[in-house]
Amino acid sequence: MTAVVEVTGLTRRFGELKAVDDVTFNVEQNQIYGLLGRNGAGKTTLMQLLTGQQFATEGSIRVFGENPVENAPVLQNTCFIKESQKYPDDFQPRHVFKSAAWFFPNWDADFAAQLATEFRVPLTRKMKKLSRGQVSAVGVIVGLASRAPLTFFDEPYLGLDAVARQLFYDRLLEDFAEHPRSIILSTHLIDEVSNLLEHVLVIDEGRIIIDSPADDLRGSVTNVVGAASAVDAFVGTRDVLHRDGIGGLASVTVGALTPAEQADARSAGLELSPVSLQQLVIRMTTENETEKSA
Amino acid sequence: MNQLTECDVDESRPIFLQIAEQIEGDIISGVLAEETQVPSTNEFAAFYRINPATAGKGVNLLVDEGILYKKRGIGMFVAEGAQARLVAKRREQFTTQYVRPLLDEAAKLGISTAQVADLIRKEDRA
Repeated sequence: MTAVVEVTGLTRRFGELKAVDDVTFNVEQNQIYGLLGRNGAGKTTLMQLLTGQQFATEGSIRVFGENPVENAPVLQNTCFIKESQKYPDDFQPRHVFKSAAWFFPNWDADFAAQLATEFRVPLTRKMKKLSRGQVSAVGVIVGLASRAPLTFFDEPYLGLDAVARQLFYDRLLEDFAEHPRSIILSTHLIDEVSNLLEHVLVIDEGRIIIDSPADDLRGSVTNVVGAASAVDAFVGTRDVLHRDGIGGLASVTVGALTPAEQADARSAGLELSPVSLQQLVIRMTTENETEKSA
Repeated sequence: MNQLTECDVDESRPIFLQIAEQIEGDIISGVLAEETQVPSTNEFAAFYRINPATAGKGVNLLVDEGILYKKRGIGMFVAEGAQARLVAKRREQFTTQYVRPLLDEAAKLGISTAQVADLIRKEDRA
């Protein structure tokens, strides 16, 4: 495998705050990554660093083997779709698409036109007159039709309705299959995208706490539910990620169970249920806080 | 071609295993007949709305097991005898997947094995 992004010991400090804190990871070529985490976890700062819009305080960033800062060849191959992209006052969607063709060597104008029809983006209305969702759709279209070898979507769909989001996921998968590239998708809608992702990065308080193939995370934790005494007896000395209880009932999140352990749990009258990627991220990113306050 | 089975992947196991099982199910039911071409990895990915690499892993698992085979430059086909082999495999799993959970649940409710057998016979006649 070839890494298109190599990050080593990267830190970005704003005064006292470490927005990105000693982070090391790679992004492999032609995979879809999910960059997940809570508000203010450092996702956007990290993507700004990778696209040369912020300077590292410490550590090194290599994108296509080079430093991205003011590096035109690297930035031509990189597309960054932001949550709230600003456009010149008089711009209409057709102007956005026309100028995108100057920046991105792989720009596909026909694909952009097709997407504009599908997303119902009016081509000749001023950007500032468009609805929130339509502005987001323009960003999504630029991100897809640019076919940049490294594409970042940072919460691309503020205001997009469920139909438009599904359209985005479908077109993303189709076009990715035809034109493989590295895609980093940052989103809070984890349940919606979890099946699209090949690799998951979870960032919390500036640190990468999960860096794993998506399929490895499936079944990596399990909820065990039942009578509190039976749950405690089964859990024993295992690491517990989370615990809930009402009355005599307990629900505990633990690590992966072997088939034999699952059979044991079931014969002890316990219910086992899988934990979704979204729940896993919630568990991992709230647990840190309880640990600290404890 | 008949309609492939829609699939809601769950969170408990890797998606590629679930996709492989879906394809196996469609071979057993005859939707995907022996010696016919199956959809490409990208078509599976679009249909099930999953990452193409994951779909590829599921398909390759079946290639490794000899259920599917590749014709160079043309695509993927269902192997001869695949249906019978999959039925045999599912029969072996029938006890652990269906009979054991049934008896566990029956025991919880105080239903004896003999009563379960009676219930099965009654249901079968109905």
